[in-house]
Amino acid sequence: MTDVTPLPPIISSRRMMATLGITALVSGVLVVAAFELTRTRIEANQRAALEQAIFRVLPGASARQSFIVTADQLQPLDGGADGVVIHAGYDRHGRLVGIAAEAAARGYQDIIRLLYAYTPDCECITAIHVLRNNDTPGIGDRIATDPAFLANFRALAARLNTERSALAHAIVTVRHGRKVEAWEIDAISGATISSRAVGKALNDSAQALVPVVQQQLTVLTRTPRGSP
Amino acid sequence: MTTPLRPDQTPPLTMDTFLQGIWRENPVLVMMLGMCPTMAVTNSLRNALAMGLATLFVLVGSNALVSMLRSLVPGTVRIATYIVIIASFTTVVDYAIQAISLTLYGALGAFIQLIVVNCIILGRAEAYASRRPLLHSVINAGGVGIGFTLGLVMLGGVRELLGSGTLLGFPVFGASFQPWVIMLLPPGGFFVLGAWLLLLNWLRGRQPGAAPTPVPVHNHGR
Amino acid sequence: MNKPPATLELRSAPLLHTPRTVEQIMRHVVYALLPLCAFAVYAFGLSAAALIGVVTVSCVGAEQLFNRLAGRVSTLADNSAVITGLLLALTLPPGFPLWMGAVAGFIAIGLGKAVFGGLGGNIFNPALVGRAFVQAAFPVAITTWHAPFMNGRFTHFMPTSLTTPFLVPPDAPLWYGALPVDTVSGATPLALHKFEHVATGTLDLFLGTTAGSLGETSAILILLCGAYLAARRLLNWRIPVAVLVSAFAVSAAFALADGQRYPDPWFMLGSGGLMLGAFFMATDPVGAPVTPRGAWLYGALIGAVTVVIRLFGGLPEGVMYAILLGNAATPLIEAVTQPRVYGTGRQSAPDKNPP
Repeated sequence: MTDVTPLPPIISSRRMMATLGITALVSGVLVVAAFELTRTRIEANQRAALEQAIFRVLPGASARQSFIVTADQLQPLDGGADGVVIHAGYDRHGRLVGIAAEAAARGYQDIIRLLYAYTPDCECITAIHVLRNNDTPGIGDRIATDPAFLANFRALAARLNTERSALAHAIVTVRHGRKVEAWEIDAISGATISSRAVGKALNDSAQALVPVVQQQLTVLTRTPRGSP
Repeated sequence: MTTPLRPDQTPPLTMDTFLQGIWRENPVLVMMLGMCPTMAVTNSLRNALAMGLATLFVLVGSNALVSMLRSLVPGTVRIATYIVIIASFTTVVDYAIQAISLTLYGALGAFIQLIVVNCIILGRAEAYASRRPLLHSVINAGGVGIGFTLGLVMLGGVRELLGSGTLLGFPVFGASFQPWVIMLLPPGGFFVLGAWLLLLNWLRGRQPGAAPTPVPVHNHGR
Repeated sequence: MNKPPATLELRSAPLLHTPRTVEQIMRHVVYALLPLCAFAVYAFGLSAAALIGVVTVSCVGAEQLFNRLAGRVSTLADNSAVITGLLLALTLPPGFPLWMGAVAGFIAIGLGKAVFGGLGGNIFNPALVGRAFVQAAFPVAITTWHAPFMNGRFTHFMPTSLTTPFLVPPDAPLWYGALPVDTVSGATPLALHKFEHVATGTLDLFLGTTAGSLGETSAILILLCGAYLAARRLLNWRIPVAVLVSAFAVSAAFALADGQRYPDPWFMLGSGGLMLGAFFMATDPVGAPVTPRGAWLYGALIGAVTVVIRLFGGLPEGVMYAILLGNAATPLIEAVTQPRVYGTGRQSAPDKNPP
């Protein structure tokens, strides 16, 4: 084709810039319009998804307030500080139901992310909800559905040691059918790696968060402002 | 389009303008284009349908704009212009899917953004929309987009049916059906695509006076 | 029938020798596999016998079907489909649902062999293609193991064997509770080591008193059957030797570096499907290199990859993937290990286009 097509005529750079400018302008208008039109819906969706997940792991909660964990302090989410976000759930009477926090660990394929509920009263983990999991369908994804596995998290012990600096017993995943202690997770047979990832994620997160949460319990038990 | 076309020449608008992308030059089942999203998102019918429709929208929108601007865009910066146009439509789709369903957005993952580099769209812009009037371009892009969606749905339907025993999330075979997990994994995508190609080629071969599989001729450059 | 056109045969020496046909080779391979099948039936009972039968029938049926579809003459007589079926069955767990075994056999022939044009055209070992397919398709069923030498094994099927086609197999332990058997499902030595850090005695591994796939449990028996084939020059002895030596060397290196974490090399040799793979799968003449140096390289690659997958991979067993990888590397290995053409010196320019 090169021998029949004449070289393209030399085009002034001003025309190129004008063309690109016009295209960029049209595109920009398009993108901004789409962003403005969808923004409220997207924010509502994200809030709904988060709340749905939080209220799923904290049944009985009807209001929530989010905090940021900084070193050993808890600050309201709008404080602008950086750190791990935890969500406190409250029931209709404004009583603290529990804390929901995110945990993550490497699974078989990719990072498994989950939301878990920690109840300060019983000092235990009372529910998990898988947010993201790419492990093998039919095997690894059973961590989200397997009833026997989820039964591990009705009251998984996450008690503090006497110095109240870390968990008294690290949360560990044990082989299927070998669970003895309250802080052990009974793995799914055939999905040991995904089950272990759940245990590791919970342990990593709880070791860091539970001491702060227990220490700052007074901040958390205060009824959230502006909530019914 | 087998006859070379001068830029100032416009072919008549025929049924083939639309049907070309659906059957004779189907991007998935004949041209083997866009294999990356094809393999990655067709593990369920819902994802396949969403991905196909998103691509259809970007294809029609960007082809319309490219066709409208075709006499303004100098040849030297045309690819950059096309990419900007395609990228903006992709961003629109990205926002739209987030607004419709976050679950769907999570399932499709990065493949929505990657529509930008989908060769079907750039190929249509370069080989067709940049030298045809608006109506031709939109109709042709619609055909290719529907063909792509059709291809994805054919893959996604079989993979979901065998891999999970469901269609659009509704159980088809009952609760005790043994799912064929491999169908949800990438190899399953290749197996199902191969099986469809086998079937379609066999059907084509049986047509009376069937022509050999068409070799698409694209007029690259100008 | 037309008279065939006259042909002039060109042969190289030796001109006088007993021709060895594909049929003969295959028949001896079947003989060598029969003791393994017999031991599998002895160890795992009725289910093993049924599985071997179903998988073999499925392979032979698929071979016949694809031959007919492609309009080729029947190739059943060369026994290659029977070998694929037997080998495939020997790599499956004893309680594997029979319908899944039939699927595996069909896929092995259809996807592993027929699509490449039949015997000799395939690039991968068909039995392993079938095994890899069911491994990915039915990951739970293929990792459900049963202990060998159970009491009721000759009178009762294992519960999972008789699963209705296309349905989920029943939960094995539930079923065992109602039967006069003493042991329930057993974990394989490799899985025991990987997930529970329990070592299995080397003697058990070599005699075959452990859980595992049908034909992989007794290392001694495989060694004997393999030696028979090697002695009859029906397999390239370099390949199994290279696989085993390489697996031994690589695992010995790891064991020396950290004996607590890594198992001893004898365990590596005796456990899992390494022996079966080394003697009967890796040596498949279609997928293995024909050059002597290539055979060494190919075997070494398989042995090393097996150990690496076992030690660092997500799965306890890696022989299957290692051999498939070796099959895939065969064209490359053959290209780099072309022997020197007689009469050309080492200094002369290498032939750029090997024959």
